[in-house]
Amino acid sequence: MNLDAELMWLVGGVLSLLMLSSLIGWGLSRRKLSDSGRKTVDNLNARMRGWWMMTAVFGVAMATGGAGSVLLFCLTSFLALREFITLTPTHLGDHRTLFWAFFFVTPFQYYLLWVQWYGLFAVFIPVYVFLLLPMRSAAAGQTEHFLERTAKIQWGLMICVFCTSHAPAILMLLDIPGYAGQNGKLLFFFVMICELSDVLQYCFGKTLGKHPVAPTVSPGKTWEGLIGGVLATVAIGSALWWATPFNPWQAAGLCVAITLSGFGGGLVMSAIKRDRGVKDWGQAIEGHGGVLDRIDSLCFAAPMFFHLTRYYFTV
Amino acid sequence: MTPQLTASFLRLLSGARATWIGCEPESRQRVYFANHTSNLDGPVLWASLPLAVRQLTRPVGARDYWTANRLRRFFAEQVFNAVLIERKAPTARDNPIEDMLTAIGDMHSLILFPEGTRGSGPDPQPFKSGLYHLAKKRPEIELVPVLLDNMNRVLPKGELLPVPIISSVTFGSPIRLESSERRDDFLTRAREAVISMRQQ
Repeated sequence: MNLDAELMWLVGGVLSLLMLSSLIGWGLSRRKLSDSGRKTVDNLNARMRGWWMMTAVFGVAMATGGAGSVLLFCLTSFLALREFITLTPTHLGDHRTLFWAFFFVTPFQYYLLWVQWYGLFAVFIPVYVFLLLPMRSAAAGQTEHFLERTAKIQWGLMICVFCTSHAPAILMLLDIPGYAGQNGKLLFFFVMICELSDVLQYCFGKTLGKHPVAPTVSPGKTWEGLIGGVLATVAIGSALWWATPFNPWQAAGLCVAITLSGFGGGLVMSAIKRDRGVKDWGQAIEGHGGVLDRIDSLCFAAPMFFHLTRYYFTV
Repeated sequence: MTPQLTASFLRLLSGARATWIGCEPESRQRVYFANHTSNLDGPVLWASLPLAVRQLTRPVGARDYWTANRLRRFFAEQVFNAVLIERKAPTARDNPIEDMLTAIGDMHSLILFPEGTRGSGPDPQPFKSGLYHLAKKRPEIELVPVLLDNMNRVLPKGELLPVPIISSVTFGSPIRLESSERRDDFLTRAREAVISMRQQ
């Protein structure tokens, strides 16, 4: 991948932000605090360790170029699907269908990305898998809750594999005039805006949050957090337009799309968790919960960002 | 080397998280007894123990299953250090209880599935008497109930290929055989100790 000056600025910015936040976390942990304050600070510091770890993994994957990024997101999809299926009550009759979903569908979607076969990449899971997987389940012969089981497996594949694969697709499948060889920077920009939006919504929500958007789904998501987080993220995103193929206004518009779909994604995934009676999808990442807890907003934002960019900015 | 790699691989595949709610992972002599739904139960429970404990803990397995081919025999003997017992036709010379007592010696722990065979329902089947006889002969050994959850989704009975569902291993409070406790009461109580962890 191209290590140009603009990318170095982005990476440097992220690292400085991480260092600054870790310093603040360290400072807070040395202060005398109430029990609940201590809990919040401990969780904050655990989250920071998680962020360092994720940034390191993402950095290494990006540095190895296309192969590393495709592999990283493939693994992410696999782990996310695993968390999703674990919390979904599937039937023993789905065993072989699930085997195909994990060990064929998931790698093949990323293989299509690797060979840059856009046509099949875009329809493989929504069309072919959608039609073929239920055939495998039906052949297994268990009809109890058949439609429910089939729908849940397909939904898991759509979110965890199909939608997630649109993030590395920014790197592999977009041919933007005047931006050749720089797509890694755009992927970095996208992931950064997604995660920044999560973090800023969390910060604004923790400090100013009063009015929950959907109290029955997620009391932690407030209007104050949403508005503050979105405005701040859009401001930062449009100020970084120089790293993207967009002008400041276009960058702002795309950041609005990323942040709003990301927020909606978080809300949808919270609704599922609430229905299943759990707080987190798993325990894979220290302080963050499962892989799916971290990428829920990215899953929903990636296809939006990919297709908007593809429609308006590629030939 | 092979045992450590196998343990890491098993933990990765099953995503098994060990939760110690009733006792701590110590290398004292114990019998870990658990519900049985999958051929991976013994290996995964074994893999979820911390290294120091794992090296002293031997899964008990059916000789007919673990010696059926060279691969299984290799894993049973070289990797899990399994105690293979005769479950089909025990005789005075081929007595499973004696084999287990010899295997425990004065430093080892055992992993035992008192149901004898894998069940497919939600609740474990009634426990066989092996656990009772062990408890009677070696009353000082702690009997730790273990609940394996989701293992039957990783590798259900009758399937060859596993699916990477996240499973969990929960260790409960040790039980002991009371001085005047009858066999069937004890076995029911032991089974309840495993089931009760599910509701928590």
